[in-house]
Amino acid sequence: MSVLQVRRLRVYYGTPAQPVRAVEDVSLEIGEREVVGLVGESGCGKSTLGRGILGLLPEGARADGEVLYGGRNLIGLSPKELRRLRGPDLGLVFQEPMTRLNPLSRISEHFRETLKQHESRLSDAEMRRRSLETLGRMGIPPTRFDQYPHEFSGGMRQRIMIALALVLRPKLLVADEPTTSLDVIVEGQILALLADLKRDFGTALLLITHNLGIVAESCDRIAVMYAGKIVEEGPVRDVFANPAHPYTRELLRSTISLETTELHSIPGAPPNLIDPPPGCRFHPRCPDAMRVCAQLEPVEKRFDQVRRVQCWLHGPESRVPAGGELPLEREAIGVADEA
Amino acid sequence: MRPEAAELPPEPEAAESPLVSIRDLRTYYSIRGSFADRLVGREAGVVRAVDGVSLDIRRGEVLGLVGESGSGKTTLGRTLLGLARATSGNVDFEGQEITRLPEREFRAVRRRMQVVFQDPHASLNPAMTIGQSVGHPFQIHGLERNRDRLRLRVSEMLERVGLAPAEAYLDKYPSDLSGGQKQRAVIARALILNPVMLVADEPVSMLDMSVRAKILELLLALKHDFDLTYLYITHDLATARFFCDRIAIMYLGRIVEIGPAAAIYADPKHPYTRALLRAIPEPDPERAVPRDLPRGEVPDAARPPLGCHFHPRCPNAFEPCGWESRDLRELLEARWARDAGREGVEEEEALFGDLSGLDVPSPEVRFPPPRGRRPDEIVAALERIRSEEPGEPFWKGVERLEAQDAHVRLDFHPPNDPRLERTGEVDVACHLYGSAPR
Repeated sequence: MSVLQVRRLRVYYGTPAQPVRAVEDVSLEIGEREVVGLVGESGCGKSTLGRGILGLLPEGARADGEVLYGGRNLIGLSPKELRRLRGPDLGLVFQEPMTRLNPLSRISEHFRETLKQHESRLSDAEMRRRSLETLGRMGIPPTRFDQYPHEFSGGMRQRIMIALALVLRPKLLVADEPTTSLDVIVEGQILALLADLKRDFGTALLLITHNLGIVAESCDRIAVMYAGKIVEEGPVRDVFANPAHPYTRELLRSTISLETTELHSIPGAPPNLIDPPPGCRFHPRCPDAMRVCAQLEPVEKRFDQVRRVQCWLHGPESRVPAGGELPLEREAIGVADEA
Repeated sequence: MRPEAAELPPEPEAAESPLVSIRDLRTYYSIRGSFADRLVGREAGVVRAVDGVSLDIRRGEVLGLVGESGSGKTTLGRTLLGLARATSGNVDFEGQEITRLPEREFRAVRRRMQVVFQDPHASLNPAMTIGQSVGHPFQIHGLERNRDRLRLRVSEMLERVGLAPAEAYLDKYPSDLSGGQKQRAVIARALILNPVMLVADEPVSMLDMSVRAKILELLLALKHDFDLTYLYITHDLATARFFCDRIAIMYLGRIVEIGPAAAIYADPKHPYTRALLRAIPEPDPERAVPRDLPRGEVPDAARPPLGCHFHPRCPNAFEPCGWESRDLRELLEARWARDAGREGVEEEEALFGDLSGLDVPSPEVRFPPPRGRRPDEIVAALERIRSEEPGEPFWKGVERLEAQDAHVRLDFHPPNDPRLERTGEVDVACHLYGSAPR
């Protein structure tokens, strides 16, 4: 059973004459209690996709396609209808917790307000009990319920934000770089909490991150995004063991971890999304690029129900024009042409 | 390259002596209390950002200074650079004591010791071209006034850091460059006066993963070509592994472990070092998120824990590590968080009442029960908590627990500060090792 289905979603920013195509024809499905990691370099559209799913796009952005939740397409819903869904159904955790908490309100007031808005029939005692229980699961003791946001450390504020999203028992939580500003040990603590969401709260999670180590350890499935498109998707184990897209492989190789034996980087930088390269958008940086890659958009190849890739290396051969499989000749990328 | 520097004959003793020698360095910041605090004459606190650090940086090595935020690693770097004033202790740089130099005289030191900060966007003046920024140190120090020669030297330096051809970058503004390119320009500016030492404070942590390796490789190549010594300040033990000859681990103002990088990675001694290593996410789906990480976060440096500063979070802590009143509060609160919403928890909270009396650090707790409660009820509750979690390190620290007169009396073992002591190839400050009293 899937909680949410994204079908052919596009999100454009900017002027109609020069739109920034931040999300281009993306399809993605998130199953019940599933943890999906969405990865890519900065500027690849992963945050925009996360926000697009929740209908939280900034003014001036246009979206089309489908985001199906509970049989309804969220694209085109009124802001009021979306607000009603956000919280009890779809939750969101941002990178900077301090900017999302009201400095003038106690933690208890944040919880009361959230619960009143979406579950007004709960009694005060029940609201309190549920808030304390959710905060407790995140490691925040009841003795601190009436404190203000500034009295908490960065890691505790992020725990409070997650609790605030979970107190409504959403079906899906979108977490956008939730640990990026935290120290490594606190990051590990928060990831352990997120990994337990499905068990403790029955929540599915879309985890947006640039860190493949985090995806490996906490996600069931991975979707790799490049220049607005999902170029590869599949179960974490399969994709890490055998990346089908050169971009996935290069991202994996450039991740620096304790097991890394050799430094590696990807030449060049992600393209601007006003005027992305023709054909496969990764071809100017791809070590395996063929002539066809600069000419035609790759066709999506499905290996099975759960594994897919958009790359000419995987065919179909019948669509490759004559000579298209020859290596692409191009100018060398400068040392400093980088992100 | 500055010819006069290159032509100096190497003196044998000079080659042996460390480039930087830090002895018992302390850098404290005073925090201004709130207006109300000052009104009632309450003392404002002191943050001991660097609290008695001694270490040498050898010529030609890369020393990694590793710790989380609040560890004092950045303040230590800033003290070396003269950007923060040392409260006490000494820093010898090339044989000269520099902590008490007046700002004018410190300029000469800055020619020899340069810095690269974390945020390349904030390090470059947005109104200056890259050429102007990179050449700026020459103007500050009044070393080159001829425009053509300056431009030539800037161009050479830009190409040396990979911004080639230089003409394509000289007249650009920082906003035209990517994060990695800006950091290259910052590195060029730092090296253009041919310093002997570079303090690199998280030079890659704001860059995308795909670029980090390139900047690290650039720094290593430059170190080799320019005969540099690096202090690499970072929270990231994974990048430090590639970069450092030696590693110093800092926690709340102190060095807790220091030694050759290979030894630290192969056999980390301090429980904090072990935790830092375990917490690094590995791109290996066979590994799950580690569950045995230390609890809590780095505490407030204005009120550090007694004894070993790491003891409240340490899975291996035992009697001498510095158990105290605040640890009792944390123990109770962690328990109530875990069981929040369950039956009996609110009753237990009510039994203990207001815990703020425990916030004054002390190894001897005298705890008055709230109105209508008896001390022996609280002692019984604590005994029950102990029996439920006998493995909790906290209880090792408890020497005595009893009802005494109208109070609960809880005495801990006397706190003991671990000192850095040699264990195998490394020095470690931990009671698990060495001759510290148990």
